[in-house]
Amino acid sequence: MSGSAAPALLHVAGLSKSFGATKALSDVQLSLRAGEVHALLGENGAGKSTLLKILAGTQRADSGSLELAGRRYAPSTPLQAQALGVAFVAQEPALCADLSVAENILLGALPGSFGVVDRAALRRRAGAALARVLPEGALLPDLAQRAGALGQGDRQLVCLARALAQTECRILILDEPTSTLNSSEAERLFGVVRELTKSGMAVLYVSHFLEEVERIADRYTVLRDGQFVQSGALAQTTRSELVKLMAGRDVQALFPRSARTPGEVVLDLRELSGKNLPISASLTLRRGEVLGIAGLLGAGRTELLRAIFGLEAVKSGSLRVKAVVGAASPARRLAQGVGLLSEDRKGEGLAESLSLGDNITLSKLESLGSFGLVSPKRRSAIARTHLERLGVRARGPEQLARDLSGGNQQKICFARLLHHGLDVLLLDEPTRGVDVGSRADLYRIIDELAARGNAVLMVSSYLPELLGVCDRIAVMVRGRLLPARPASELSEHALLLEATG
Amino acid sequence: MSEIRGLFRTPWLGPLLALCLLYALFTALAPDTFARQSNLLTMLRQTSVVGIAAVGMTFTIVLGGIDLSVGSAVALTTVVVAECLRAGMGPVAAAGLGVLSGGVLGLGNGALVTGLKISPFIVTLGTMSILRGVAKGIADEQKIDADPRGLDALMQNHAGSLAPPPGVWLMLAATLFGVGLLTYTKIGRQIVAVGSNRETARLCGISLPKTTLFVYALSGLLVGLAGVLEFSTLTVGDPTDSVGLELEVIAAVVIGGGSLSGGQGSASGTLVGALLLTVIKAGCTHLGFPNWVQEIFTGFIIVVAMSIDRLRQRAR
Repeated sequence: MSGSAAPALLHVAGLSKSFGATKALSDVQLSLRAGEVHALLGENGAGKSTLLKILAGTQRADSGSLELAGRRYAPSTPLQAQALGVAFVAQEPALCADLSVAENILLGALPGSFGVVDRAALRRRAGAALARVLPEGALLPDLAQRAGALGQGDRQLVCLARALAQTECRILILDEPTSTLNSSEAERLFGVVRELTKSGMAVLYVSHFLEEVERIADRYTVLRDGQFVQSGALAQTTRSELVKLMAGRDVQALFPRSARTPGEVVLDLRELSGKNLPISASLTLRRGEVLGIAGLLGAGRTELLRAIFGLEAVKSGSLRVKAVVGAASPARRLAQGVGLLSEDRKGEGLAESLSLGDNITLSKLESLGSFGLVSPKRRSAIARTHLERLGVRARGPEQLARDLSGGNQQKICFARLLHHGLDVLLLDEPTRGVDVGSRADLYRIIDELAARGNAVLMVSSYLPELLGVCDRIAVMVRGRLLPARPASELSEHALLLEATG
Repeated sequence: MSEIRGLFRTPWLGPLLALCLLYALFTALAPDTFARQSNLLTMLRQTSVVGIAAVGMTFTIVLGGIDLSVGSAVALTTVVVAECLRAGMGPVAAAGLGVLSGGVLGLGNGALVTGLKISPFIVTLGTMSILRGVAKGIADEQKIDADPRGLDALMQNHAGSLAPPPGVWLMLAATLFGVGLLTYTKIGRQIVAVGSNRETARLCGISLPKTTLFVYALSGLLVGLAGVLEFSTLTVGDPTDSVGLELEVIAAVVIGGGSLSGGQGSASGTLVGALLLTVIKAGCTHLGFPNWVQEIFTGFIIVVAMSIDRLRQRAR
């Protein structure tokens, strides 16, 4: 399995890819050997997904060379990648819920003649494909069952079986395969992966859980900020070293910090749990304080904010906002002075086809006139003051939101919260997709808000930002929120270690 | 409770029960007229046009599409058949051309949906108006009289006989064809796959344009057949006929377990849905209810069917 003499099955060198002005990958290299499990590591936004997409044929590289078993490899569709022996299993298993398990496995090549499906052959071949990805002695899921009725673990097995059934698979790419699995399902998956590599298949394994990576992978490659950092054998490194490789960047002097004086408690959660996530979250948030929540994607951070704001159901636990106890609708929360900044700016945060003025005033139309009337003049005036205050680069209040850059769009989202006059702000990934310049502006706004006695609860996957902006930080791991600690006592290294533990 | 939920899982079992219950109810309320065998036959005959078009609509809806141009296409087909007969064609050729024209119209819908990447709702909203206009243009805004040359026999009972006319058999055949296609053929399963999850289907190498074209063309052929039967009922080509027919057709599919978001629906369920609509209409007529009561009742049934469907989805 190890030994540098083993020939590379897949060799990637000098790979670069940009989206507009953002460089997602620059000069990345990767070398996969037959029969190994290779872990691809990096923080959120390090470029892992872009690399996977290029390998799986859903995106094309701008430059660089890819070679599969000595031949140029440049798939332009996922189908082509599959035909060349590269199979990709996405984080969220993609199934046709209304088809049977067997049909899902052989969907690309249903057996039969004259257009009629040969059901016996379908069952036989799907069963064989599924048996390959099941550990010995495990029970075969019912092949005739609707795929929509399967649990997450079984769905993933079906996707895996499909990936392996359709062509002779040489490289299997697994993207965060255990993030939706429970521990026994994960255990089962590890067994399957080991079994598959015995036949010479290479597995590219993406995961944030280092403990898992140490168990399953032979070698690793670390990416950071779209660049190659290091490759090596896992046996010759430690978890702490890996974390350092993934995080290791300087905290920029981006973060202004005014004097903040913590005041009364405005948000108090006791063992709050949602429908699926979070499992248990307790925290207190005071006026004049910025509390950060770190954690991996899918840990339940977004769900926590949404449960507080009333967008998702609260299953149990207690929730107090100022003097109000219990869950409430988003409208009630806004009335109580609580606002949410969505992580999904395009889908939820902004009405992209509306003007900046409309977007800023949307939650508080009553500020634009009485008797249900809306004064365009007043709207423009309000919008203009916010555009100026936040330094938004735009032609004016009438410009459409979709025409702005990510950073300026995010400022519009902030402007709506400011216009509403809220004092408890729930910010979900406030700087995602925002350029460095606008980031500095947003950090300044958050600092100002806190200094003036507002309370901010902020979720971010960008650790330097949490450390720079927040007073206290809590880490969420698989749905459970760990106790918050002062940011001054924490480091990126410590946070990553906690989040991946 | 769990048994009841289990029952809900078979999509068209609920509508079938409702159909039987309503049939029993009307039979009890109007035993002299409604329960007569001749009435059963009449109802089957009245269902034929909607039933056949609805099998086509089942394919479209399972694919995740919709076709609002059905009523206009049926009217246009009656005009085409009448014109063909008037031009001296034989009944088989005229009927064949009628069916074919339906197929061509469907193919056109499919081409617009895939080619222009416009949502099928909008495309067929447009073609609904276009086809209606074309039908009126061809017919010069008048009914076209033509010697049916025996085509009228498709929808007529022989005096005194209780044997269903060919139209009813055609409806049953179309339903069987629909069940077979969606359940047992590759293209059928691919249609379900696309409606269930487009991205996954594409990933598995299923061509979305080809599947879409196939479905709309096939559905169009069935609409053409429905149009021929409509001509056979009317015995004239009528460009103003079947306004709003598509809504009845869609209702039949949806009552029968079809989901407008795609992936779900069956031809057998659709037949049950179409029969249910007819039974309500005929029952109300036999009880002497005015038209507006029928309409309210029909709408009510559609909403009830939908809420049961929601329950069923949740039970999954």
